[in-house]
Amino acid sequence: MSELVRMEGIDMRFPGVHALKAVNFDLRKAEVHALMGENGAGKSTLMKVLSGVYQPGAGRILIDGTEVTVPGPRAAQDLGIGIIHQELALMKDLTVAQNIFIGREPRKSFGRLDEARLNAAAAALFASMNVTMDPRAPVEGLTIARQQMVEIAKALSHRSRVLVMDEPTAALNDAEIAELFRIIRQLRSEGVGIVYISHKMDEIKRIADRVTVMRDGAWVGTVEAADTPIARIIAMMVGRELTDETVQIPDLSVAETALEVRHLGRGRAVRDVSFSLKKGEILGFAGLMGAGRTELARLIFGADPRDGGEIIVHGQHRQISSPEQAVRAGIGYLSEDRKQFGLALGMDVRANIALASLPRYSDMLGRIDEGKLGEIARDYIARLAIRTPSDAQEVRLLSGGNQQKVVIAKWLLRDCDILIFDEPTRGIDVGAKAEIHRLLESLAADGKAIIVISSELPEVLRLSHRIAVMCEGRLTGFLPGGASQEEIMALATKRDSMGEGEAA
Amino acid sequence: MTTTTAKPVPAARKGGGAQQKLLAFASLIVLVIGFSLASPNFFQVANIMAILQATSVNGVLAVGVTLIIITGGIDLSIGTLMTFCSVMAGVVLTWWGMPLVLGVAAAIATGALCGLISGTFVARMKIPPFIATLGMMLMLKGLSLIVTGTKPIYFNSTPGFTTIAQGSLIGAVIPEFPVPNGVLILFLVAGAAAWVLSRTVLGRYTFALGSNEEAVRLSGVNTAAWKMAIYALSGAICGIAGVLIASRINSAQPALGLGYELEAIAAVVIGGTSLAGGRGTILGTLIGALIMSVLTNGLRVLSVAPEWQTVVTGAIIIVAVYADQLRRGRAA
Repeated sequence: MSELVRMEGIDMRFPGVHALKAVNFDLRKAEVHALMGENGAGKSTLMKVLSGVYQPGAGRILIDGTEVTVPGPRAAQDLGIGIIHQELALMKDLTVAQNIFIGREPRKSFGRLDEARLNAAAAALFASMNVTMDPRAPVEGLTIARQQMVEIAKALSHRSRVLVMDEPTAALNDAEIAELFRIIRQLRSEGVGIVYISHKMDEIKRIADRVTVMRDGAWVGTVEAADTPIARIIAMMVGRELTDETVQIPDLSVAETALEVRHLGRGRAVRDVSFSLKKGEILGFAGLMGAGRTELARLIFGADPRDGGEIIVHGQHRQISSPEQAVRAGIGYLSEDRKQFGLALGMDVRANIALASLPRYSDMLGRIDEGKLGEIARDYIARLAIRTPSDAQEVRLLSGGNQQKVVIAKWLLRDCDILIFDEPTRGIDVGAKAEIHRLLESLAADGKAIIVISSELPEVLRLSHRIAVMCEGRLTGFLPGGASQEEIMALATKRDSMGEGEAA
Repeated sequence: MTTTTAKPVPAARKGGGAQQKLLAFASLIVLVIGFSLASPNFFQVANIMAILQATSVNGVLAVGVTLIIITGGIDLSIGTLMTFCSVMAGVVLTWWGMPLVLGVAAAIATGALCGLISGTFVARMKIPPFIATLGMMLMLKGLSLIVTGTKPIYFNSTPGFTTIAQGSLIGAVIPEFPVPNGVLILFLVAGAAAWVLSRTVLGRYTFALGSNEEAVRLSGVNTAAWKMAIYALSGAICGIAGVLIASRINSAQPALGLGYELEAIAAVVIGGTSLAGGRGTILGTLIGALIMSVLTNGLRVLSVAPEWQTVVTGAIIIVAVYADQLRRGRAA
């Protein structure tokens, strides 16, 4: 088998992050090469280097043995490298054929579009893939799986010999996955080299020829898929190093239950989830991307409508169908995307801390007691060690860690005693991370009931008194604090492959 | 609590806004000086009063719509709502012969109610503000014509109605400065709106909604209710504008109103309020409204054709927003 792509010593830094550490990778003709690793391991970054999105700080790329530079996505296309991103990038109001040939539309005289040739060319592409698809159909009405077919056709239309697929099955059901795999196998038999990014173990066994594992931006190893046990691959992914700080699990046997959730569900995203949470407890939620943890948090918080289920707060059934009701029940949600969902960036620290509690600090005319609020804001700035020149600083000028503390202060001021942290340290540098971790622990020690959702296993292990693991919207099991990463990964990949038809 | 906390810096929080107001204010001064040099007739007490009087209706409307624009919304119905409010005042005063106070109250209540309806369309039914208020604009225009049978209602039977805008309380005290009451009302409305924006919960949510509505909702705030309240307040201010214009022309003219909304929005934009929401000041809007009437008046004093006045106003809007973009580009 001849070598199609070779990447040698690829090194890349972002501000504050060493994203790729001298990574080696190669791809042969007619092979499916799985690229695996936890979130943030550097898989997508490496492939963005290959497809010209990023320029590496060091290293070289060879195509067919010749060194090349890939200055941009257009150059990657010309080299025959196609990439299908996890977030599909189609224009939903255009038709299938128009999407495939965007920017390269066949023309007639006077610049008129040749729709007939456009549609014929698209039809030919789908015929070569053995897929039935109407080129004239608007993309909007297609399922995610069908949209993916359009992306594949688009990549093939560039005569791609290298096809990178970033977690292509994240949103597909089993029948759709089977069809996708059929196409992948067909492309492989035609000599296309496929890089398959995923962290689903069962898929790797079904489709991959070789597996390369990355961890923390570094290459860990490349193995043959057929004769490597899954346990070995998992061990390569999570590594063996232990976190320096270990979790202290308090005795919660007499603590009262703060929150109980029964049979919560929303479509396929969250399916029949039940759990309870005690005062003073930190319950970690682990799972892979798309496991439904954020969706579950938003259901508990009333941010999205739920299909069914009960929420019991401090022993009382609560009707929670809006964030307003959740907050009144004492539930605070700290979103993974602080900038979009947590903060009014253009407003100052004081206003953000007060955002959920304004009516309490205003009189009958609605006048805000600015003096009192300033006092409170400065108190929280001191207590949470928020580094800001003053309470009148706009929050957009603060660092990620300090912005997170402002959101925490907002919920503490509102007397929320059930706090849901969604990726509490995403985008926060290492020093501030430890500080946020200690803050969460002290909040729990004060009797707050805390849920921590995190995609970083070390973080879940560092904080959780108990760990709930989700996979594909279901709660696949609970583990005691201090469980091993392997145990978590086993539950996080425990897919329910039976009986998941369209009826659901 | 501790000595490590920094001192509050009240001046710092107004930094960006102050700069943008400064720009608009400087333009206003340049215009006034320019016109004064160009024509001796411009900087006369009578002419200045005329400019202020001409600003009053547009200014009040602009102050109202500033609130909505800060939330990230828009209101195209303010012009025809103003007319509908003056028609309702006419109905109560002239047709039903009720006392003056009730006529004014009817206009303001009508404005608040219509604002609440627009707010319901936007906040509860999730109709984009542009569409919802476009619909309201046409409905109110039609309703004004239906209620009046397309004929104006005159206020001759209500003594004192014209003094609401045309009289001068200040002139009675200081005869050299007969500031019309309409102008006084404009400044009172502007002052009250500025106070609401900077000091009250409603004002804080107005900025917060424009800054990041989803974050406000996820803070447990009933965003829909507050948004409706803001539209209602803006509607009530339109009601005041309705009284002012009716008082100035001593009649409710049902065909009037279209076009006023764009003039008011222009004033808001010239005053530096961002149509993207989250930022804006009442003082800026006032200055924006003054710039527009100074321009119109000054060009008329210089005997420039009215057609050209419109062209110049349009150009000013482009220049004002571009200047703001440049400033923001530097800031970011």
